[in-house]
Amino acid sequence: MLKYILKRLGLAVIILLGVSVIIYALVRAMPVDFVENKINQMNQGGATISQDVIDAMYQMYGITDRTFLGVLSGYWSWLTALCRFDLGKSFVYGDDVLKVIVEHMGVSFLVSFIAIIFEYLIAIPLGITAATHQYSVRDYVVTVLVMIGLSLPSFFFGRVLQNVFSMGLGWFPVSGLTDATQHFTGLAAVGDYLSHLALPLFTMVILSIGGTMRYTRTNMLEVLNSDYIRTARAKGLKESKVIYKHAFRNTMIPIVTILAGVLPTLFSGAMITEQVFDLPGIGNVAYKAMMQGDIPFIMGYNMFLAILSVLGVLISDLMYAVVDPRVKLAR
Amino acid sequence: MEEKKNQNEIESVTSEEEGAEIAAPSGESAAVLTDSEKPLDKNVRLLSPTRMVLRRFFRSKLSIIGLIMIVALLLFSWLGPLVYTRWGETEVDYSGKTEYTYQLITVGEGEDAYSFYQVVETERQINSLAPLSGDHLLGTDKSGMDVFTRIMYGGRISLSISFIAVFAITFLGIVFGGVAGYFGGWVDNVIMRFCDILSCLPGYPIMLVIGTILDAFDVDSQFRIYYLMLFLTVFSWPGTARLVRGQILSLREQEYMVAADAMGYSTTRKIFKHLIPNVFPQLIVSMTLSLGSMILYEATLSYLNMGVRAPYAAWGTLINIVSEDTNILQNYFNVWGPPGFCIILAVLGFNFVGDGLRDALDPKMKR
Repeated sequence: MLKYILKRLGLAVIILLGVSVIIYALVRAMPVDFVENKINQMNQGGATISQDVIDAMYQMYGITDRTFLGVLSGYWSWLTALCRFDLGKSFVYGDDVLKVIVEHMGVSFLVSFIAIIFEYLIAIPLGITAATHQYSVRDYVVTVLVMIGLSLPSFFFGRVLQNVFSMGLGWFPVSGLTDATQHFTGLAAVGDYLSHLALPLFTMVILSIGGTMRYTRTNMLEVLNSDYIRTARAKGLKESKVIYKHAFRNTMIPIVTILAGVLPTLFSGAMITEQVFDLPGIGNVAYKAMMQGDIPFIMGYNMFLAILSVLGVLISDLMYAVVDPRVKLAR
Repeated sequence: MEEKKNQNEIESVTSEEEGAEIAAPSGESAAVLTDSEKPLDKNVRLLSPTRMVLRRFFRSKLSIIGLIMIVALLLFSWLGPLVYTRWGETEVDYSGKTEYTYQLITVGEGEDAYSFYQVVETERQINSLAPLSGDHLLGTDKSGMDVFTRIMYGGRISLSISFIAVFAITFLGIVFGGVAGYFGGWVDNVIMRFCDILSCLPGYPIMLVIGTILDAFDVDSQFRIYYLMLFLTVFSWPGTARLVRGQILSLREQEYMVAADAMGYSTTRKIFKHLIPNVFPQLIVSMTLSLGSMILYEATLSYLNMGVRAPYAAWGTLINIVSEDTNILQNYFNVWGPPGFCIILAVLGFNFVGDGLRDALDPKMKR
C-alpha cells in the first residue's frame, strides 16, 4: 500500500511538472508587449500599477528574454517560485495570487458542496428506482428528464432562471451573494445568503444530477444481475432487503470512490455558473482576471486547478482500495 | 409479438409482421404456406450485425426522436438560409423605427406641484429590437439583425465546428490509443503519461488563456473559434485514446490476432484493419455523445465572448448579449431564448442517439 502511494505521488509530481511546462509555454506564446499594453490600458482606466510590479513580473517569468536558454531560465525561476508558494502578484486584484485564491475559494467550495449534497441525495434514489424498474414508464421518465438536465447549457439555464424567478416573479435576487443595500445579522444574514444562492444551486444541481443518476443506474443494474443477488432472492429474502441491503451497498462502492475524487475539485469553482450569477467565487474572480490578461493570476489559477484534479484522481484511486476490499493495489 | 434472437444472430420468424416481410419477395404463394410447410431457410433469416444493430436502434423511440431532432436542425441550418433569403447573416435592417421614451416630470413645489409625462420621439436609423412580425419572424437584435436568420447561420457554425472537432479528436485518439495499446511497454507508458498530463489541464480556463493569446495576435473574429477548437482537440484526445487503448489491450489477446500474427501481416494492417474496426462500436457511441458536449463547449466559449464574435453568429454568441444588457435579459426573450433552445435540442438529440446506439451496439442487451 505504502509503495503504491509513493509511486502514485511520484507520478503526480511528474504530471504536475508536465502541466506547468504547458501552462508556461502558453503564456510565453503571448507577444512580449502584450502585458505592457494591458497594464497601460488598465492604468489609463484609473488603475495604478507601478513599474516595480511590472519589473518584478518580467523578472519572475523571464519574459523579455526570447532565446531558448532565456525561456528555460524563465521557466526555472517561475517553477522555483511556485515551489515556494510564491505565485506572484495579480495586477488586477493588486494582491498575492495565492491570497486571492484562498480568499475566494471558500465561497466556491460552499456552493459546490451544498450542490453536491443535493445532487447525490436526489440522483442516487432516482438511479435506484430507475434500475429496479428497468424499462418501466418510471425508468423512461426519469431517464428522459435527467437527459434534458444533462443537455442544458449552464449559462442559458441560469439566464432563464434569472429571467423567470428573479425578474419575472421576483422571488430571488438576480445576482451576487449578499444584498448590498441592507445589512443583516444572524439568521437573517443566513436567509439572505440562501436566497442569493438558491438559483445558482438549482442550476448546478439540475445540470449535474444526470451524470450521477445514470452512473448509479448502470452500477445498480450490473449488481442486480450478479449471482449473489440471485442467491439472496433464492433464499427468500424480502425484495426491499435484497435491494437496499445487498445491492445498494455494492452499488455504493464506485459512487463513494467518485465522490471522494470530486471533493478536492469542489474548491476549483464553477466558472460559468458563478459568472452568470456574479457570485464572488474563485471561478468568477479568475474569469475576470483572465479577461484582463492578468498573467500571474492565470498561471497561478491554472496550476491550482491542476493540483486539485491530480489530488482528486489520487484520492479516488486510494479510496477504491479502502472501500472495496477485493481491490489489490500491489503491483 | 414474439421475437427471439439466439447467439448465432439468427432470427426466427414467427410473428405475422415478420412473415409478411419475408413473404413479399417470393410472391403471394409463399404467404399461403404456413410456417411448418415452408423450407427451413425460408423460415429462418440471417441478419447481418449491422442490420441487427439498426433494428435495435430504431426500436427505441428515444433514438428516433433524437435522430429527427438532429436532422431537423441540420436541415434548418443548411437549407434554411437558402430558402429564407429575406435577410443575410450580418445584414442590418435600416428601415428605421420611431422610439418613444417618456419620463415623469414634476413642476412646482408644495401643493402646487403637478407632474406630467414627457414623451420624446426619436427616429432611429436601425430597426433594432423589433418585435416578432412577418418581416422578422423572431424580431431583430440590438444591432438590427434578423434573429431567425442568425440562428440558422449560427447553427451552421456550431454544428460544423463540433463535427470537425469530434472527428479530429477521434482521429488522434485512434492513432495514439492504437499505438499505445498495441505496442505496450515504454511507448504505452509515455503516451499514457502524456494523456494524464493533458487531462489534468483545466478545461475552460486554458481555453480562456488561449483565447487571450488569439486576441493578442489579432486573429479575425470569424476564424478564432476554429483555432480554439484546434487547441481543444489537442487537449481532448486523451479520453478517446484511453478508450481505444483499453479495448485494444483486450482484443490483442484474442485468437484472431494470433491468426493475424501467423499470417505475417504488417503491424499497420493488424492495428488498422483488425483491431481498430473492432473498437468502432464503442467509438461511435463516444463520438455521438461527445458531439453533444462539443456543442456545449463551443456555445459556452462563444457565450464567454471567446469563440465566434459578433457580427458573426453562433448560438452561444447570440446569447452572449445578455451578460452586458439586463434590459434584453429581462424583456427580449425572443432575442436570446431561441438560440438556447437550439443548443438544447442539438445536445439532447445527440445524447438520445448516442444512448440508443449504446444500447443497440451492446451485445449483452437482450431486448
